[in-house]
Amino acid sequence: MIPLGTNAYTTPVRAGHCATPLVFIDLCSSLLREIRFILIQNRAGKTRLAKWYMQFDDDEKQKLIEEVHAVVTVRDAKHTNFVEFRNFKIIYRRYAGLYFCICVDVNDNNLAYLEAIHNFVEVLNEYFHNVCELDLVFNFYKVYTVVDEMFLAGEIRETSQTKVLKQLLMLQSLE
Amino acid sequence: MPAVSKGDGMRGLAVFISDIRNCKSKEAEIKRINKELANIRSKFKGDKALDGYSKKKYVCKLLFIFLLGHDIDFGHMEAVNLLSSNKYTEKQIGYLFISVLVNSNSELIRLINNAIKNDLASRNPTFMCLALHCIANVGSREMGEAFAADIPRILVAGDSMDSVKQSAALCLLRLYKASPDLVPMGEWTARVVHLLNDQHMGVVTAAVSLITCLCKKNPDDFKTCISLAVSRLSRIVSSASTDLQDYTYYFVPAPWLSVKLLRLLQCYPPPEDAAVKGRLVECLETVLNKAQEPPKSKKVQHSNAKNAILFETISLIIHYDSEPNLLVRACNQLGQFLQHRETNLRYLALESMCTLASSEFSHEAVKTHIDTVINALKTERDVSVRQRAADLLYAMCDRSNAKQIVSEMLRYLETADYAIREEIVLKVAILAEKYAVDYSWYVDTILNLIRIAGDYVSEEVWYRVLQIVTNRDDVQGYAAKTVFEALQAPACHENMVKVGGYILGEFGNLIAGDPRSSPPVQFSLLHSKFHLCSVATRALLLSTYIKFINLFPETKATIQGVLRAGSQLRNADVELQQRAVEYLTLSSVASTDVLATVLEEMPPFPERESSILAKLKRKKGPGAGSALDDGRRDPSSNDINGGVEPTPSTVSTPSPSADLLGLRAAPPPAAPPAPSGAGNLLVDVFSDGPAAQPGLGPSAEEAFLSELEPPAPESPMALLADPAPAADPGPEDIGPPIPEADELLNKFVCKNNGVLFENQLLQIGVKSEFRQNLGRMYLFYGNKTSVQFQNFSPTVVHPGDLQTQLAVQTKRVAAQVDGGAQVQQVLNIECLRDFLTPPLLSVRFRYGGAPQSLTLKLPVTINKFFQPTEMAAQDFFQRWKQLSLPQQEAQKIFKANHPMDAEVTKAKLLGFGSALLDNVDPNPENFVGAGIIQTKALQVGCLLRLEPNAQAQMYRLTLRTSKEPVSRHLCELLAQQF
Repeated sequence: MIPLGTNAYTTPVRAGHCATPLVFIDLCSSLLREIRFILIQNRAGKTRLAKWYMQFDDDEKQKLIEEVHAVVTVRDAKHTNFVEFRNFKIIYRRYAGLYFCICVDVNDNNLAYLEAIHNFVEVLNEYFHNVCELDLVFNFYKVYTVVDEMFLAGEIRETSQTKVLKQLLMLQSLE
Repeated sequence: MPAVSKGDGMRGLAVFISDIRNCKSKEAEIKRINKELANIRSKFKGDKALDGYSKKKYVCKLLFIFLLGHDIDFGHMEAVNLLSSNKYTEKQIGYLFISVLVNSNSELIRLINNAIKNDLASRNPTFMCLALHCIANVGSREMGEAFAADIPRILVAGDSMDSVKQSAALCLLRLYKASPDLVPMGEWTARVVHLLNDQHMGVVTAAVSLITCLCKKNPDDFKTCISLAVSRLSRIVSSASTDLQDYTYYFVPAPWLSVKLLRLLQCYPPPEDAAVKGRLVECLETVLNKAQEPPKSKKVQHSNAKNAILFETISLIIHYDSEPNLLVRACNQLGQFLQHRETNLRYLALESMCTLASSEFSHEAVKTHIDTVINALKTERDVSVRQRAADLLYAMCDRSNAKQIVSEMLRYLETADYAIREEIVLKVAILAEKYAVDYSWYVDTILNLIRIAGDYVSEEVWYRVLQIVTNRDDVQGYAAKTVFEALQAPACHENMVKVGGYILGEFGNLIAGDPRSSPPVQFSLLHSKFHLCSVATRALLLSTYIKFINLFPETKATIQGVLRAGSQLRNADVELQQRAVEYLTLSSVASTDVLATVLEEMPPFPERESSILAKLKRKKGPGAGSALDDGRRDPSSNDINGGVEPTPSTVSTPSPSADLLGLRAAPPPAAPPAPSGAGNLLVDVFSDGPAAQPGLGPSAEEAFLSELEPPAPESPMALLADPAPAADPGPEDIGPPIPEADELLNKFVCKNNGVLFENQLLQIGVKSEFRQNLGRMYLFYGNKTSVQFQNFSPTVVHPGDLQTQLAVQTKRVAAQVDGGAQVQQVLNIECLRDFLTPPLLSVRFRYGGAPQSLTLKLPVTINKFFQPTEMAAQDFFQRWKQLSLPQQEAQKIFKANHPMDAEVTKAKLLGFGSALLDNVDPNPENFVGAGIIQTKALQVGCLLRLEPNAQAQMYRLTLRTSKEPVSRHLCELLAQQF
């Protein structure tokens, strides 16, 4: 090797040459955890709930609803519960004729959201006493309240079924 | 537990919904809705004041109508009135309406904010939560301005109820994400971290999300959260399955909170404190151990919740990438999942293993699963699972298993889904090149690719095989022989004809000794495919034929006969006709020597990053963090260059001289106008003698291979001879560059082509090429609207001293741009001396009567005039030492803004313009480059060295040049690219 004197050139780079403190901003940007939207649709494509956590205009919303319906309904039980969707992914689960879909970042935890859906469905089931599609139609304004109790600002807010139901029943008793 | 009855409380609403459901047709539904709207309108306008209940009912009906997809243009005021009701049910409907139908009417916003303010101050937790949820759902800037200061107080106040804290945390998160500038940091931040210790798990669940988000922007301020998160996690992980009661989900304690805590930890490197780290490692081990325990329930919910934690744990282990033991354990666990009966688990295991494969500690462990993964590729039913398997094979590939993986992928390709064929083709092509020990294997592989999936073999792939064959003389004979054999097949793919045509034209002489592949046989084999091929392929074959005349004089008569045939000479396609005419003339006019010089073997291609790799990356799409609306564009526009390609109709005169813009042979811009037209071109070339060979129009093979093949609507001679008469307006006439101008400019430091700018109206694409101190740039202005742009005038402005440093000549463009049309502008650029600021591009036009103006920075930076310089290590060090004055060196240490990938870095450095010197730096991780900046007045020698530190995610960049400002400027330009 050619001696380079005091030149920094041969100093191994791994020896910790960085005097600047380490900053870890962008390392995590891919971890930005956020639900983009939650959709409940029936097999025919009728929307039973649409909760948006990103700004879209009405045309975009309609387009997303149609696209999600198209990618989700063609899948069968042997498929995964995850579908790549644009730069995101849809985690979905089918209950009778209803598809519950959550759109999240590709790096998000698939199984955690899959069970978040189930947790939500169990709460609806308890709250509406054997929930069926019609309950969601006639009580659409209450479904929003359930969603807000469990998910807020695109994040999971509360996961305890007991606590959510207690709160919902308390609200139910108010005038 | 009492259940809710249908539509309880609002009978009128239930009746209305039933009516709508009973409508037999869309028309009936609309009729019913219009009737209802009229009714509601009259009620709202009526003299009688409505009671709260009626108001609530009507607002709720309006909301229902809106959700059915109909426009609602009234009722906002009534909804706002409901906000000040003191009944929960009325307030709730009011807030819901506001959240769903956000309205930007400022008077309304004032009223809404007022109502929210009252509710926040009400000390009624139910009302406070409603108000917080409304802010979180709307999240507008106005709300941020009104409440960002209040919410932290509510969040950390001692007397706030738990449910209010939960909502406040997430509400603040929303505001912080939308407008971080509005959220004041302060004393509350320290207290927020301590919410990780809160007794109420729901509060912790909400707070972790907020803290994770805050950490990203201010990692140092929130460092204390590491130890708190670890101890919380440890308490959860080690608790028995019933300890956490309400928060136990199917025998798994607090799965969502665990996942969130594990993700929070992924914002930081491993804990420095040994005790904390020990505790964390213990947690991670516990999770891995639990995965081996028998399940506590057979329900899928149990295993899903458990595995959600497991996968997040593995992500953290991979993120740390420092514990070999844990990495290998993770890999073994995933290996078990590869054969699990749950498709979800197989999918996730494949996906997760992909990242494990890139860690040096677990790469070998991943490789042991190769057979299972290959099997998955063959047998999985869900295409997305097969795709993950292909990804994993690609990730685990190295020299030891490349042949096996490539042959399995090739086999898979025969039956692969159409959707993923192209990607598999790219992957095979990359692996074959990367791990080729002998290049005959590489050539075989690519030819197999064309045979099996010719339609999916993109230009990049077959260009690349030509580049490699041209650059490696040890494989040329083999390539000629193999491609000759492949062409024997009765039906071979057109891409095979292209590759065959090119290779035989260059290296056909290497197999001409064998009577079975004598020159006439080669020619007739190629020519037998000619008539079935597309124009582009036929054009390439014509070039092959003229090369044959040079290589094999005995074929001259036959080939001249072919060229002379009416089907060529009078071909309707102008490109074919021109080639036939020119080649025929060339073969009859030129002497053997001239012919031999003109048609000399192609020189080796400069080594650069495989364009296939770039294509694969492009296919994979931009990073996950980008906005969803990226997907709104149609898939074809993902190809940046494709997006600016003019439609064929705008290329009125395809000239064969499109290659390299004719710059090498270009006269100085001030030269007198030369006669244009293809015929004259040829004459010019001959009058200049053979020395002018590079400028010869018919060097068509270059045009094919050149990555940028800009359309030349006119002869390049004419272009050069027509300097723009338009006087540049002074800088005072134009507006300041748009705020993103610097960012846009940065995108072009290491590349020459792409979309420079895009908004709803206009797209500006760039293609450029630089040689020595000269450059030519094509700007494509696309009118994205359906309306004509008028007074369209793009001009280039030189601010400050730039006029003396850089000469840019523009051609005027048409003042009208039709809707959907694209116009092209050509810029001739000459670098007179070193310069620091780029010229400005000012675009002005009228759209629908309204004047539009836009100022951008023209992507011309000093590094464009780099000439790469190869040198031996010794020379490099000598020069490095010579440039040791402090002012000659510029250095920067900076954090990586992109994933640190050696191939990408290499590509960027080459794109930057310097040569990359191997075997110079003792540390193979480092990059060393050299080049000369060419200006008219002077040349500046530049040496550079880039030292990545993967562990710290930092780089150190050092530049030494003979000119101080240049060092600094180059250093700044380059540092922003990583």
